[in-house]
Amino acid sequence: MKSVKNHLSLIVALVSILFSIQVFVIVDRSIDAYKEKLSKNYSIVVVSQKRIKNSDFLLIDKLIDEIEILSPDNVIRRLNSDLNRANMELLKLSLPKFYKLKLKKYPTPQEIKKLRANLLQNRYISKVEDFSNSHDTIYKLLVLFKNVVLVFAVVVSIVTMLLILKELRIWQFKHNERMSIMGLFGAPTWLRSAVLFRLSLVDAIISSAIIFVIFAYISSSSWVLKEFNNININIVIFDPTGDFIKLFGISVALSIILASMIVLGHKEEV
Amino acid sequence: MDKVIVAKDVSLSYKADETIINQANFSINSGSFVFITGASGSGKSTLLKSLFGAIKLKQGSLVVGGVELGNVSRSKLNFLRRHIGIVFQDYKLIKEWTIEKNIMMPLIINGYEKSVTLNQVESLLKHVRLKHQAGKYPLELSGGEQQRVAMARALSHNPILILADEPTGNLDEYSSELIWNLLEGANTQLGTTVIVVTHHIPASLSIDYKHFHIEYGSINEIS
Repeated sequence: MKSVKNHLSLIVALVSILFSIQVFVIVDRSIDAYKEKLSKNYSIVVVSQKRIKNSDFLLIDKLIDEIEILSPDNVIRRLNSDLNRANMELLKLSLPKFYKLKLKKYPTPQEIKKLRANLLQNRYISKVEDFSNSHDTIYKLLVLFKNVVLVFAVVVSIVTMLLILKELRIWQFKHNERMSIMGLFGAPTWLRSAVLFRLSLVDAIISSAIIFVIFAYISSSSWVLKEFNNININIVIFDPTGDFIKLFGISVALSIILASMIVLGHKEEV
Repeated sequence: MDKVIVAKDVSLSYKADETIINQANFSINSGSFVFITGASGSGKSTLLKSLFGAIKLKQGSLVVGGVELGNVSRSKLNFLRRHIGIVFQDYKLIKEWTIEKNIMMPLIINGYEKSVTLNQVESLLKHVRLKHQAGKYPLELSGGEQQRVAMARALSHNPILILADEPTGNLDEYSSELIWNLLEGANTQLGTTVIVVTHHIPASLSIDYKHFHIEYGSINEIS
């Protein structure tokens, strides 16, 4: 029972760390997906005195993805419907050209500033409307949300690591006697610590398996899927191979570090 | 006759400003039975610990089984310890392992085959009259039974040298007699060198032995 309790404390600690890491990964993926969705709706309007070729626009900044010319017909129609066709064509020619630029990704405020500066360097472009106020607010909100989750994950990991260090002392006390006795009979270090590494590895496997079950359930839960559908986001919540391998690797690495610390801190007692 | 232990000017201490054993000179022949006696705190156990490298020498040269313990490397020390059987007064059994596994431990460390290991353990359990307790854990046994397990463990890998630190210190008459018989048997039948630290040399012992007495840090042979 005592042994199960000792195992449980390391397993719970590892599960907490793995859980917070995967939650951060899910939030990161959601934000990236949301940014992509925003970038599809986000565009910059450029006013130019002369027509600019699409290829020239693409040379101005590598963020520019698509260029759409805005038709002045609606504006002219609203100005005066009494104009004859010839005058209307003349007016059209004298009006500046309006372009709507779509971007490859949702830009950062710095990227927008740079893009604006690059566009205004062109001698024909007289005005750039980047809707930076609303863009900045949304972008900052997303970054804030991501950072809050990151801080939460880091805090959970630190607290859990402190718990693991406390556990380490118990393990050190528990395994020190066995390792010392084996040492008195000439056991090499690898043999003395084999039990410890085996136990740590078993705990790492159990923790990873628990995390696999939790996230396999979450990723197939209708409630979770509905919530993501509500905000029109389609992401991989948990990749049973890629994500699992990463989490398993982290779990094994942490357990091995823990076991190594015990082995390095071992002092032979006679 | 081969010398299994040769000590020249050996000084031992736990602290820099004190000396427990002072410039001791002695040698022990292979296959002999040796008692080390002395008052409590005289340094008997300290001397015994130095023989398996658990205490570093303050000064001098100590060769055990051909290994100089002065500046011995960990791998050489492990090699030496694999050929020594140690019996402690507090048994030093691994509590979470069964009796059988405890006895098996030196054989596993020495890389014996599983079939050899199992046969040896079975035979030793018979010798120490604990065959029926093989699956039990140390804390389920009495002190005398635990010491018999420790004795079986010390003998399991046929060591060249057995070091016993007050092996019958807290035991009943039956267990004490069994321990002395086993030590005597190892010495006479297998030719193992036996060194025992004790307060009292048993009167019932029927073999020739060497007796060292420690007093005020010096080791004197008593004939």
